[in-house]
Amino acid sequence: MDHLIGALVGAPLLGAGVLLAGGRRLDRAGHWIGCLLAAVSFALGAALFADMLGKPTGQRTLTSHLFSWVPVGGFRADVAFQLDQLSMTFVLLITGVGTLIHIYSVGYMAHDENRRRFFGYLNLFLAAMLLLVLANNYLLLYAGWEGVGLASYLLIGFWQHKPSAATAAKKAFIVNRVGDMGLSIAIMVLFTTFGTFSFAPVFAHATSASQAKLTVVGLLLLLGACGKSAQVPLQSWLGDAMEGPTPVSALIHAATMVTAGVYLVTRSGVIFNAAPTAQLAVCVVGAVTLMFGAIVGCAKDDIKKALAGSTMSQIGYMMLAAGLGPIGYVFAIMHLVTHGFFKAGLFLGAGSVMHGMNDEVDMRKYGGLRGYMPITYVTFGLGYLAIIGFPGLSGFWSKDKIIEAAFAKGGTEGWILGGVALLGAGITAYYMTRVMVMTFFGERRWQPAPEPDTAPSVEPGIEVHPGDLPHPHESPKVMTIPMIVLAVGSVFAGGLFSINSAFVKWLQPVTGHSEGHSPVTTGEVTAATLVVLAVGVALAWAQYGRAPVPVTAPRGSLLTRAARRDLLQDDFNHVVLVRGGEHLTRSLVYLDHSLVDGAVNGTAASVGGLSARLRQVQNGYVRSYAVSMLGGTAVLVAATLLMRAV
Amino acid sequence: MNPINYLYLSALLFTIGGAGVLFRRNAIIVFMCVELMLNACNLAFVTFARLHGNLDGQIFAFFTMVVAAAEVVVGLAIIVTFFRSRHSASVDDASLMKL
Amino acid sequence: MTTSTGEAVEFWLLATVAVLGALGTVAMRKAVHSALSLAGTMIVLAVFYLANGAYFLGVVQIVVYTGAIMMLFLFVVMVVGITAADSLRETIRGQRWLAALVGLGFGVLLIAGLGNASVHAFTGLGQANSGGNVEGLAKLIFTTYVWAFEITGALLITAAVGAMVLTHRERTERAATQRELAERRVREGAQVPPLPAPGVYARHNAVDIPGLLPDGTPAELSVNKTLRSRGQIRDVSGEALEDLKALEQRAEDHAEGKGTEGAANSGAGSGGRGAPSGGTGAEPPNNSATPANGAAR
Repeated sequence: MDHLIGALVGAPLLGAGVLLAGGRRLDRAGHWIGCLLAAVSFALGAALFADMLGKPTGQRTLTSHLFSWVPVGGFRADVAFQLDQLSMTFVLLITGVGTLIHIYSVGYMAHDENRRRFFGYLNLFLAAMLLLVLANNYLLLYAGWEGVGLASYLLIGFWQHKPSAATAAKKAFIVNRVGDMGLSIAIMVLFTTFGTFSFAPVFAHATSASQAKLTVVGLLLLLGACGKSAQVPLQSWLGDAMEGPTPVSALIHAATMVTAGVYLVTRSGVIFNAAPTAQLAVCVVGAVTLMFGAIVGCAKDDIKKALAGSTMSQIGYMMLAAGLGPIGYVFAIMHLVTHGFFKAGLFLGAGSVMHGMNDEVDMRKYGGLRGYMPITYVTFGLGYLAIIGFPGLSGFWSKDKIIEAAFAKGGTEGWILGGVALLGAGITAYYMTRVMVMTFFGERRWQPAPEPDTAPSVEPGIEVHPGDLPHPHESPKVMTIPMIVLAVGSVFAGGLFSINSAFVKWLQPVTGHSEGHSPVTTGEVTAATLVVLAVGVALAWAQYGRAPVPVTAPRGSLLTRAARRDLLQDDFNHVVLVRGGEHLTRSLVYLDHSLVDGAVNGTAASVGGLSARLRQVQNGYVRSYAVSMLGGTAVLVAATLLMRAV
Repeated sequence: MNPINYLYLSALLFTIGGAGVLFRRNAIIVFMCVELMLNACNLAFVTFARLHGNLDGQIFAFFTMVVAAAEVVVGLAIIVTFFRSRHSASVDDASLMKL
Repeated sequence: MTTSTGEAVEFWLLATVAVLGALGTVAMRKAVHSALSLAGTMIVLAVFYLANGAYFLGVVQIVVYTGAIMMLFLFVVMVVGITAADSLRETIRGQRWLAALVGLGFGVLLIAGLGNASVHAFTGLGQANSGGNVEGLAKLIFTTYVWAFEITGALLITAAVGAMVLTHRERTERAATQRELAERRVREGAQVPPLPAPGVYARHNAVDIPGLLPDGTPAELSVNKTLRSRGQIRDVSGEALEDLKALEQRAEDHAEGKGTEGAANSGAGSGGRGAPSGGTGAEPPNNSATPANGAAR
């Protein structure tokens, strides 16, 4: 079975290679090749999963050494895989949801002439993500990490003819680089400390390293995780990444990319456990991002950006849980998986809505769509119920556990983190209800396309092309089926995982688990969550369900306006980082010009000047040379006389 | 009379010749000044021969004459060639490596 | 061995001449004058050689230097331009000052060095020259210095070959025949007949004197191009007119003395046979004018 691990990564990688190198010949069948290889990968993952289930708990870790990558003296980097329960979970999520998104994309990208290239990139994305979660050492993980960054860059900027998409891709790449820098330095520190990249020896000796060093490594790893998982302060790329095609958003938000940070923190749990300061930092980052994303999600009118805010917020939950240590690791991953289902469902639903609405993304121009696209309505609705944590659905099981675990951290920190998580649940209910209501309920706020045989019914004077007007319709089966599958997952996954604490038992050997000392009981937490949830839903219904939604956004309060601008993240980055950087580089350039170049140019100029003077001596006139000759002779005579005199 | 007077004369002639080389621009006159310097040397050699009572100084002067003759032949040929190409006998006109 | 008073007198006299000659070499504006000054200095040096017992060298100095080398110089001076005077104005900035400083410094150093030497008397060459000066030199040249002597021979041969190579001009194309030259001249239409000859017959036949045209102006074409470009043309047209005027004056005086009748004959006769003064062939206008005038009178 060991060799299947390589094939697991190899299948989508092969797909990417074939599709990208194959050229236009593969245009007609390319998307099916992509789907097939993603499905093959999923099938292999499922086979390995079945195999793993058949083994006793202690022997479930599979390793596979492919080849030595860089064997130089004491430096040794291998391409080797390690498949344990944590990796397995990710593999199934990535390949499963990834395959569904692939199938969905066949319909969604049907009219795009670069569909083959798109599928190549999707496969590359899967391969890189699988490499990331299957690596048995940090260096290979880093390779996957960078591959994810590359694939996300390619996919976000897939419609590169749009300047906004090209800019968004660059932004995602550059912001990710900041995080990557943290990760790469962390890996270097780990290597100098432990002399190896491999997980097993590093974790075995982790406690032997000094506290300070571990804290530094932890914080650097956190920086890397922040970049990939769009956590504050490196969150700014996520909203703009919505410029990519919707399946890409679904893939980034549900199965790949943003989950990488959570994986990294969970995988390096041993290091974080030994460095409480770093762990607390993870918690704080998670909590801040949770609120940040939720607030942004409340204000956005763009359906994809509202969902992006929700992703940020949900990943914040996961980071918060991962920062709680053994109390939270399991629930972080569990929420990650359930989130993978319902967020993918929501995004695919949003894509389906956009598909029917002529790529309109402004929710204020939706309304009353439930009759036009019933399947989308139902699946999106189930995803909605799951994410707000409606009792019995997936989100309920995983999110409640995280809130509970936050309280269980104990002390003031526990109360604060728990409170934030609880409040976040309420805000989640509010903004998701807002999205749901604005899209599917209320009166329609869009201009329907005229029937082919009737005259245009628009107001005279306004020229409207029939093709520009939406005519809402349900999406083709190739798109709805993945949505249905994901909706099923959204409904049942959480419950399935929670039966008899199956997921905790499954993951416990890798991450460890402890119950903590919760000051509140599970019942109390659940009750409080439900109350907050009801309040959030009621507020949103009162604001958007009962009252008509204005087509043009009202000015709104200061906070709303700030939230619409992503809580001024770009302004902050611009003022602090861009301007600051410009000033820094300008002063450096000035220094370079005046000091460095000054010294160099000064030397050159003085040599040049001296040479120009010396050149005068070489004037080509024989008589000038004769003068110097006679002068030299005179000097010789003088020297001779002096020698004789002495 | 002190024999050193011959040497003084020789030094004087040599210096005058040297100054001529430096001052004059006509290549032929420059050449003549060089000859003057050689002759001044010859005078010194001959004087030394008499001072020391052997003929080696004279031999030296003899060789100097031969070398001077050879030099004059080649030098004047060069001057003639130069004059042909540039219609000038000024050494200052030969300040460039090419025409 | 001390020197005689005669030698002292000879030295002071000739040394003055030698220094003056050297100064002349440097200071004369014309190369010919420089060459002559140098020749004078060399002859003086030859005398000094003789006085110093170097009889062979003294003769060689005169034969080789003054005779051969200086003549070579004069030849080249003539090739380059005998009267082309050198401008003594300095063109290189600072050269004159620097040259003066260096030259003076060098001279002072040399003389100061000699002043330090303690030379009081000659050893004399009596013994060395006992077998004859030439024999003594020959002995040394063909024994001790034979190698240097051979090398000098090689040097001389090389120099001779070098001089020939330098001055020899390779003809790269066939020389045009006389017929070709004539045809070319006709084709180009420039000066088909031979160029006018220089000189004014019966009075001047030097090449730098242009022939005179019928109206009495000089024909520049008749003078060599080189001389023309140097501006070395002696114009005698005015001179001829002056002479003519004087001749007419004389003729008039003569006629007044002899009577009116014989004047015309006498004038015509002197004009026709006037070899010493009146131009014949070369000055047709003047020539013909004179008898005409005379006849008119």
